[in-house]
Amino acid sequence: MRVRAIAGVGALLLLTGCGAADMTKQASPFANAQGAKSVTLSVQSWVGAQANVAVAQYLLEHKLGYRVDTVQVDEVPAWDALSQGRVDAILEDWGHPEQEQRYVKDKKTITAGGGLGVTGHIGWYVPTYFAKQHPDVTNWKNLNKYASQLKTAESGGKGQLMDGSPSYVTNDKALVKNLKLDYQVVFAGSEAAQITQMKQFAKEKKPFLTYWYAPQWLFEKVPMTEVKLPPYKEGCDADPAKITCAYPHTPLQKYLNTDFAKSGGKAAAFLKKFKWTTEDQNQVSLMIADQKLTPEEAAKKWVDGHESTWKAWLS
Amino acid sequence: MATVTASTPRALPTGLLKHRAVHKLLLIALAAAVLVPLANARWASGSWPAALTVDLTKPLTSASDWIINNRDSHPLFLYFFGYVSNAVVISVHAVYVVLLGAGWAGVTALGALVAWRVAGVRLALGTTAAFLACGLLGMWVPTMQTLALMVVAVLASVVVGVLLGLAAGLSRRMDKILRPVLDTMQVMPAYAYLLPVVLVFGMGVPAAVLATVVYAAPPMARLTALGLQGADKEVLEAVESLGTTARQRLLTARIPLARKELMLGLNQTIMMALSMAVIASVIGAAGLGDRVYQALASVDVGAALAAGIPIVLLAVVLDRVTGAAGDGTEGQGRAGWAYALAGTVVVAVAGRLLGRLDWPDAWTLNIAEPVNRAVDWMTAHLYSGVPVVGGTADWAGHFTTWVLDPVRTGLQGLPWWSVLLIVATLAWLIGTWRTALTAVLAMAAIGVLGVWTPALDTLSQVLAAVAVTLVLGFATAVAAARSDRVERLLRPVLDVFQTMPQFVYLIPVVALFGVGRAPAAAAAVVYALPAVVRITTQGLRQVDPAAMESSRSLGATSWQQLRQVQLPLARPALLLAVNQGVVLVLAVVVIGGLVGGGALGYDTVFGLAQGDLATGLVAGAAIVCLGLVLDRVTQPTERRTGKGA
Repeated sequence: MRVRAIAGVGALLLLTGCGAADMTKQASPFANAQGAKSVTLSVQSWVGAQANVAVAQYLLEHKLGYRVDTVQVDEVPAWDALSQGRVDAILEDWGHPEQEQRYVKDKKTITAGGGLGVTGHIGWYVPTYFAKQHPDVTNWKNLNKYASQLKTAESGGKGQLMDGSPSYVTNDKALVKNLKLDYQVVFAGSEAAQITQMKQFAKEKKPFLTYWYAPQWLFEKVPMTEVKLPPYKEGCDADPAKITCAYPHTPLQKYLNTDFAKSGGKAAAFLKKFKWTTEDQNQVSLMIADQKLTPEEAAKKWVDGHESTWKAWLS
Repeated sequence: MATVTASTPRALPTGLLKHRAVHKLLLIALAAAVLVPLANARWASGSWPAALTVDLTKPLTSASDWIINNRDSHPLFLYFFGYVSNAVVISVHAVYVVLLGAGWAGVTALGALVAWRVAGVRLALGTTAAFLACGLLGMWVPTMQTLALMVVAVLASVVVGVLLGLAAGLSRRMDKILRPVLDTMQVMPAYAYLLPVVLVFGMGVPAAVLATVVYAAPPMARLTALGLQGADKEVLEAVESLGTTARQRLLTARIPLARKELMLGLNQTIMMALSMAVIASVIGAAGLGDRVYQALASVDVGAALAAGIPIVLLAVVLDRVTGAAGDGTEGQGRAGWAYALAGTVVVAVAGRLLGRLDWPDAWTLNIAEPVNRAVDWMTAHLYSGVPVVGGTADWAGHFTTWVLDPVRTGLQGLPWWSVLLIVATLAWLIGTWRTALTAVLAMAAIGVLGVWTPALDTLSQVLAAVAVTLVLGFATAVAAARSDRVERLLRPVLDVFQTMPQFVYLIPVVALFGVGRAPAAAAAVVYALPAVVRITTQGLRQVDPAAMESSRSLGATSWQQLRQVQLPLARPALLLAVNQGVVLVLAVVVIGGLVGGGALGYDTVFGLAQGDLATGLVAGAAIVCLGLVLDRVTQPTERRTGKGA
């Protein structure tokens, strides 16, 4: 390891002279191949994020003549990658105050890119077929009554509250404890696993309680109703261990790498203007996730039908 | 304790061996009788005593903050890591541009001609088919990205591996230092070092390449050292008598004599690099792995498979070609290579002139849809309500309730000192006092790190998965060892399972078994089964035919033959299969974390996803410790004696 590194450094010093090698100035080796202008976008693991990227990619490639590379990165590491210029933009961020402080305000390596136009919300959901049979399940105060119906092999005698990917923001463990609920938080470990499990439950019309978020295409496939938690008030989530309130509604944000924002030309201007609605996003997400179109086909379909919307982004 | 066993001679008749086992047991019982009451009086608690843990959260978090804050200003990063990272980016970029510049026709021609020179016409055809299939699946560009990354990573691994191997092969001191390091790396799951690498290099290709090098270099180092040490003494003496210098001897005799091991090392390195290239997609490696990973997000098994098949094909082709190179069967003529090179250039230029550099879009085949339909059908019909046997969801439930839960409760209910005692006993019975000491220290380290309870949870899952793997693996292997046809049919299946990225089967596994520890176990079984089947089959087949013949002439039924002749004679192979099964099952604990396995696997994924070094690194370290424990407890002495001391 070290031997190789020294050899590499030696060779490079010869090649480049004795300068500093700033990692923040290094782009992906797959960018800029064949001399094309290229943009690298971060895709997070959920489909809504894929929809944003698919449409942005389609327009960048077909209307502005860029080559677009996408890299799938989890939320927090994506900030780091953005700061280093490994990716040029994040199109959908659900609020990371700590990272914002560090990279936007302190280091200034990331620039805010404006709102995406979509509002995100996290909450607890039960399938609508279950909520219709038992209307009072939609209030957290009655959840304990249904714990026995929501038991699984994994939840150890209690009701199961299913959480998803470890990269998502969650207070569920603290909520269950502080609201004295007879539930066990079971981490599905990835969104793919969580969705697959929900679909299987829905196929059998079995009841389940899950952490979920909107906008999300799965609502069209498995209609779900939110369980009301104690209402969110500004600052009620200040101490994560003592939290007893619901999740806020978050206007989703875009962020660009600072250098890219300054010198990214048309692509950067376009990404700053990119703004659409929850319905638009859902439409594309559903084509990708449910009709199994490739992101590119889905983007083309949407672009063909919404000329007025995207024309404004290009001007 | 040490002096007693260290002075025992190595080759002992069986009677004495039994004696030795009794001795060891007595000694352990004695040590336990003294130490346990002391430990119990001091730290009386069922789980690992809190007084004996070290909380690493603070130092790790501040280390991580320091790295992030100084990454673009501190000289260490600017003048060292920065260059390393730069070198990786430049080399990967160079290879990528060359590959794209050669066009699909050029790359395919190059692959085929190299395969032809090295391994003959049949493999050349196979290589061509494999490359064309990559294009046909619409995966040409990602395949080239993965290939570019692989070329750089493999070259770097080979350089590092050979240098380390030379050091270990030529100097006994270096060998002694390197051996435990390489041993540890062998049981280290790939995920465990993604996080530190990412922290230093950031998301992206440099981190991916470096993680791959760390993962893939050890087999090269091991096999290089082995090749050098194993060189025929007489040949070396003869060369020495010719009055050669040490350097000449190395270059003209020792290295050429080690050719077979070197090629095997290259083969191993390539295979490991390829599997890591997929895992590294989690840290932004791009290429095929990234496609698989993205398909996972939209729960699209078909799309994941479309990206997974090129990986399998690349793996099989690379394995066979390097394997053939190791045998050295084909001709070495320079003229042939010249023809091959000229052929490649001609095809590449022709492709360029025809303007056909990119794979034509019209030539792609969409397999995603039919695959998804098939998977849907399968999961819909098997999930539950199958008459008599019950659905897979019911099995998973029973497996969790009747196997996983009791094992977990049992392990977590044991007093902490008794776990250490069990580990010591098992490791000592099968190994030496050194291996036992390593195992106990590793187990204790888990407690000190403060992850005792989740580690035992993970251990319970590993044990259950290994049990299932062994039952299925031995049964399959017995069938394969008895019939050539079964073995022939099995071979491609095993190839696919061994090389298919695990991300591809995460969704089907959840669709069949639900979220939780049962699907995690299922994924582990799928991953570990091929190696167990292969090793066992080989072991059973190598049983002396004379012994089989004589037992048959004595009128033994084929069941008796199996039980009383084949299995006992194949014991070393069976033990090796157990060892490999354990190591491989542990290697996918993190994958299990992605489907609800929880415990250490989930913590590692969590650390990576949240950039939380304190959680991720501690969990990763605990998995490594668990790996050491399990390896020492299952690896018989014979392979280790004569190694250390």
